[in-house]
Amino acid sequence: MITVEHLTKRYGGHTAVDDVSFTAEPGHVTGFLGPNGAGKSTTMRMLCGLTPATSGSARVLGVPFAALTNPGRRVGVLLDASAQHAGRTGREVLTLTAMTTGVGRERVETVLDLVGLTSREAARRVGAYSLGMRQRLGIANALLGDPEVLILDEPANGLDPAGIRWMRDLLQGFARQGGTVLLSSHLLNEVELVADRLVVIGRGRIVAQGSKEELLSQAGTFARSDDDAALAAALQAAGIAAEVLATGGVQAEAEAPDVARAAARAGVVVVELRAAQSRGLEELFLELTADDAREAVSA
Amino acid sequence: MSTLTTTRSTASAAAVRDVRPVSFLTLTLVEWRKQLDTRAGRWLLVVIGIITAAVLTIMAIVNGGNHSFQAFLLGTSTPMSMLLPIVGVLAATSEWSQRTALVTFTLEPRRMRVGLAKLVSALASAVVFFAAAVVLAALAHLAVVLFRDVDPAWSLDLGVVGGMLLLAVLGMAQGIGFGLLLLNTPLAIVSLLLLPAVFSLVVMLIPAVQDALPWIDLGTSGQVLLMGQPVDGEGWAQLATSSLIWVVAPLVGGLFRVATREVKSA
Repeated sequence: MITVEHLTKRYGGHTAVDDVSFTAEPGHVTGFLGPNGAGKSTTMRMLCGLTPATSGSARVLGVPFAALTNPGRRVGVLLDASAQHAGRTGREVLTLTAMTTGVGRERVETVLDLVGLTSREAARRVGAYSLGMRQRLGIANALLGDPEVLILDEPANGLDPAGIRWMRDLLQGFARQGGTVLLSSHLLNEVELVADRLVVIGRGRIVAQGSKEELLSQAGTFARSDDDAALAAALQAAGIAAEVLATGGVQAEAEAPDVARAAARAGVVVVELRAAQSRGLEELFLELTADDAREAVSA
Repeated sequence: MSTLTTTRSTASAAAVRDVRPVSFLTLTLVEWRKQLDTRAGRWLLVVIGIITAAVLTIMAIVNGGNHSFQAFLLGTSTPMSMLLPIVGVLAATSEWSQRTALVTFTLEPRRMRVGLAKLVSALASAVVFFAAAVVLAALAHLAVVLFRDVDPAWSLDLGVVGGMLLLAVLGMAQGIGFGLLLLNTPLAIVSLLLLPAVFSLVVMLIPAVQDALPWIDLGTSGQVLLMGQPVDGEGWAQLATSSLIWVVAPLVGGLFRVATREVKSA
């Protein structure tokens, strides 16, 4: 269980995190989604007691992180997979955590096996690891203490599609056993695959949160027809907001039957008609990203 | 790749069994291990070993190898004392230069304890290094007695030996202090090597404060320990004040800085 209440962080005049509140509950994988620089990492560092909050509070398992006894046994944390000593071997990194938290050394072999690092890879120095291998090592390190909560910052970064699927199975299995998972990402598709609840952050503020279905279903209807322009015009005539998408098809802010009726009146042949799925969230997300984008994202 | 179920089978037990707190001894042992388990740490040991071996070899060759046990000990412990502070610096700064602080301080959020564990483990290392210096010096003296017909001279001035040990320990503590205060490896090493030297040079150029030098310069006040004469009250007082400036102050400031600083990854 993770509880964040009115968490705020200011650096001089810049507000990095602005009145953020959310919870991550046991049995769920909560995705913390936002563009780069939105305040995800700062929030997670405050959650782990590494960055002092300007105001507000963050609790893990009911208490502030720093008040946990032997936190490595209660909360698995991965804040930056690259933040490992380049001159240490993967196995040594895990051995140090095993020593600190007091779990048996045999647990090192178990988690290595779990994240799919071979003993040869574990014997190599972290400096020679690819980003994907570092992520696996970091996840192994987080799982080492057999925790109840996982806090992972961009854990899918650098993983290939097979790796992302592996992580989804791992985290969903962890949640099914009653564990709490909070993971961040700046990629919608990634989070969509792994998480079942979403907290969306932009410029330090929460802009949406809820179950994935809830957020994805607010999106309206997508239709493909033999004449998208005519369909859009017909919809607009019927007082329904609609636009022709650059990728083909029409996005309408209405239920499917209303769209079908408008199409029938206009005599347009509809070849595909369905709920718009992730469109809405993606729009929201692109909007957030576009505003502080360094390269133009919006079309 | 095994399934998650096999490893999480103990999960329910984990929630039930009481989790033991991280003891200071555990932290100290972990910090000790961290000094030696990186490539940089091992290389530093190798360099210290090579320099020590070189000093002993030269001593055994020149002057007919006619050196007492104590002379050999001075030969082995001096380069060691000069390099030990760098071991301390690395122990303190690598958390930040290699960004492992993110992991270290999520496993033990009481950062002051981690800093103290670093200090204690580094001082323990200094004692072990010194013991090794004694053994090597004994072996070297034994070798020249056996092979170069040098008269055995095993007597040690315990005052001087204690002084060498004290300087080694102070040097290590100073390295940790500079490391914790500056949190940057090259900066800490350069400051550690240059600052005291530049400081004493500047002080010597100013006639008004020249006489105060032993009180404020650890190099000057520390030399007295190796003279072989009993150190008087003033000598100890000078060692205390100069240690306060060069060892205790950076340590306290460094511990405070680490305890309050924001831990970021970039």
